[in-house]
Amino acid sequence: MSIEIRQELCTACGRCTQICPGSLIKLKEKKAVILHPERCWGCASCLKECPAQAIALFLGEDMGGLGARMTVRKEGTLLHWTVTKPDSSVQTITTNSRDANKY
Amino acid sequence: MDLQCIDTDFLIIGGGTAGCWAALSFREHSNARVLIAEKADIKRSGCLAAGVNALNAYIAPGKKPQDYVDYARTDAEGIVRGDLLLTMAEGLNRAVEKLEKLGLTILKDEQGQYVTRGWRNIKINGENIKPILAKAVLAQENITVLNRVNVFEYIVKDNHILGAYAIDIDKPILYVISAKAVLCATGGASGLYKPNHPGFSRHKLWYPPFNTGAGLAMGIRAGAEMTTLEMRFIALRCKDTIAPTGTLAQGVGAKQINSAGEVYETKYGLTTSQRLHGTVMENLNGRGPCYLQTIGITKEQETDLIKAYLNMAPSQSLRWLESGKGPSVQNVEIEGTEPYITGGHTAAGYWVNTNRETTVRALFAAGDAAGGCPQKYVTGAMVEGEIAAKAAIKYMDKKTPALNTDEAIKQLPKGSNVSFTVDDLEKEMQAIMDEHAGGIGTSYRFSEASLKIANEKIQELEALSKHISATDMQEFVYILELKERLTLCRSLIAHLSAKKETECYINSRLENGKISIILRPLVGEGEIYEH
Ligand SMILES: Cc1cc2nc3c(=O)[nH]c(=O)nc-3n(C[C@H](O)[C@H](O)[C@H](O)COP(=O)(O)OP(=O)(O)OC[C@H]3O[C@@H](n4cnc5c(N)ncnc54)[C@H](O)[C@@H]3O)c2cc1C
Ligand code: SF4
Ligand code: SF4
Repeated sequence: MSIEIRQELCTACGRCTQICPGSLIKLKEKKAVILHPERCWGCASCLKECPAQAIALFLGEDMGGLGARMTVRKEGTLLHWTVTKPDSSVQTITTNSRDANKY
Repeated sequence: MDLQCIDTDFLIIGGGTAGCWAALSFREHSNARVLIAEKADIKRSGCLAAGVNALNAYIAPGKKPQDYVDYARTDAEGIVRGDLLLTMAEGLNRAVEKLEKLGLTILKDEQGQYVTRGWRNIKINGENIKPILAKAVLAQENITVLNRVNVFEYIVKDNHILGAYAIDIDKPILYVISAKAVLCATGGASGLYKPNHPGFSRHKLWYPPFNTGAGLAMGIRAGAEMTTLEMRFIALRCKDTIAPTGTLAQGVGAKQINSAGEVYETKYGLTTSQRLHGTVMENLNGRGPCYLQTIGITKEQETDLIKAYLNMAPSQSLRWLESGKGPSVQNVEIEGTEPYITGGHTAAGYWVNTNRETTVRALFAAGDAAGGCPQKYVTGAMVEGEIAAKAAIKYMDKKTPALNTDEAIKQLPKGSNVSFTVDDLEKEMQAIMDEHAGGIGTSYRFSEASLKIANEKIQELEALSKHISATDMQEFVYILELKERLTLCRSLIAHLSAKKETECYINSRLENGKISIILRPLVGEGEIYEH
């Protein structure tokens, strides 16, 4: 379980470095980097905070991860969650903070 | 390292659920200064960072606070504090209403009533619950928030708290914070035991890996009394992602089945601990792995479940989406987690009086750090923050002992240099706890002899941990966290080893470097408990 930061998309705004509950992300040479990917909890806070969708969540191989990456785009009360699989297929699911969980 | 001395009236350590709520409540009732010191950022720190599924503590129409007390008491086989549970239960619905006013989405029926799951649970959208709390705190001009500041030691004189030491996570700054009253709201502890995935995904835990038990360890070192640490919380979770299972079991009615497809939950019972026990037993008897039977749910239910998990445990949704096998076509495998210490679920934590004041004067505890009051969850943590904040006000006008900062600086705990890494020692600690103090590897079992070994080995590690050094602030924090966990492990082992003949609370206190066990009689609701 961890995240990956796509450096080419990172604008070095620093928001992810502030938000991570484990303070795992730092700015190095004007790019965000995760120093200890194995310390990531997978809470997705940094994904939601990143305005450039530069951060993606993935499941480690040791927990059966298959290589897909998940990013989030925020739009008002909506969160658009996009999963890209290794075969490049893409699926997006949208949640709305105004809708309560049914279960 | 630069030194900064900060003076406040009410210091809140940990800006999580209880800490944020305490700050808001304090502000409602007092104009004294309040400061939150938080190791991360209050917008997304602690248990609520990823979001939560429901509000688990609520009292539906037709039920009374006493019903909640009775339920929690039965679940904990009687070892609860009636006074704490009742005062908590009485505030639950008020906390819910306030949360809704702050902007939390709560599911309602056509009559505008909250939709409940059972009689204690309400359905919400919990994804943004922490940003909502943080926004409310930040909207109050006179609450000061120090984000990314890690508190690591109390300043106590003659059993009265005067403040705390903290370090900045980013810059080499040491803070000496003085206060008239202090609230410990640092949550519980994870990472004491070997986790489900000890390798790359070793922080894929249920309880936040960043809640290291700091507040509990500081309390133990300051001689505060702790209670019921032996009541560890072991969760039944979705395999690998360690995501909650209640949404599947209660939400869509999925039954627990073994590898032969037999429903086994009815054999063992349906409380949280029975569900886990049943799963451990089925595995031990060769009938594992175990699953929640979700095959057959509708596609619509599946989509709703994926969304529900995105709002609280996104890795489970990612698992379903990347495998292309959602819960309607594949049952969800389940497993037990490593044991955690969390006063929000069991009764483990600080021994407090009815006002949530600990045995150290002017030091309060609330939420997962406070003991005696299990099943408090989000809303109960908030109520405890409120009770503590109101009680702390009495220290604002009192002439309290002032902190001599020069003396405090002289007394600072010092480090030295040598060559183990934090990771080495942490892995060693988790392996010891796993093998000898009832972790996953032994199906949570331990014996008197194994606990003795655990105790010796943990003390050896404590000695070694004095010799690690750091090259930057972040590493320094990792060292502090390791030491916190080791302190807590030693107390936990003492509690697991303690024996009692009558119904009572097992408490402990560090005295002259040794943990002594204190057995205390039960306290019922309606009683006011004073130390
Ligand atoms: C994954 C998960 C899901 C849950 N789901 C639900 C649910 O659906 N419904 C429900 O009712 N309950 C749920 N709970 C339980 C509930 O969230 C907790 O009981 C409650 O939030 C605890 O509040 P707290 O303030 O004690 O701890 P937290 O909210 O965790 O706050 C502790 C704070 O202290 C900070 N801190 C720690 N150490 C230090 C230090 N040394 N210096 C400074 N700051 C520090 C942390 O960063 C954190 O912000 C869940 C818990 C977890 C972990
Ligand atoms: S997913 Fe959470 S723990 Fe992991 S890096 Fe992002 S914010 Fe930090
Ligand atoms: S939030 Fe996104 S853009 Fe900003 S620093 Fe982090 S990765 Fe880069």
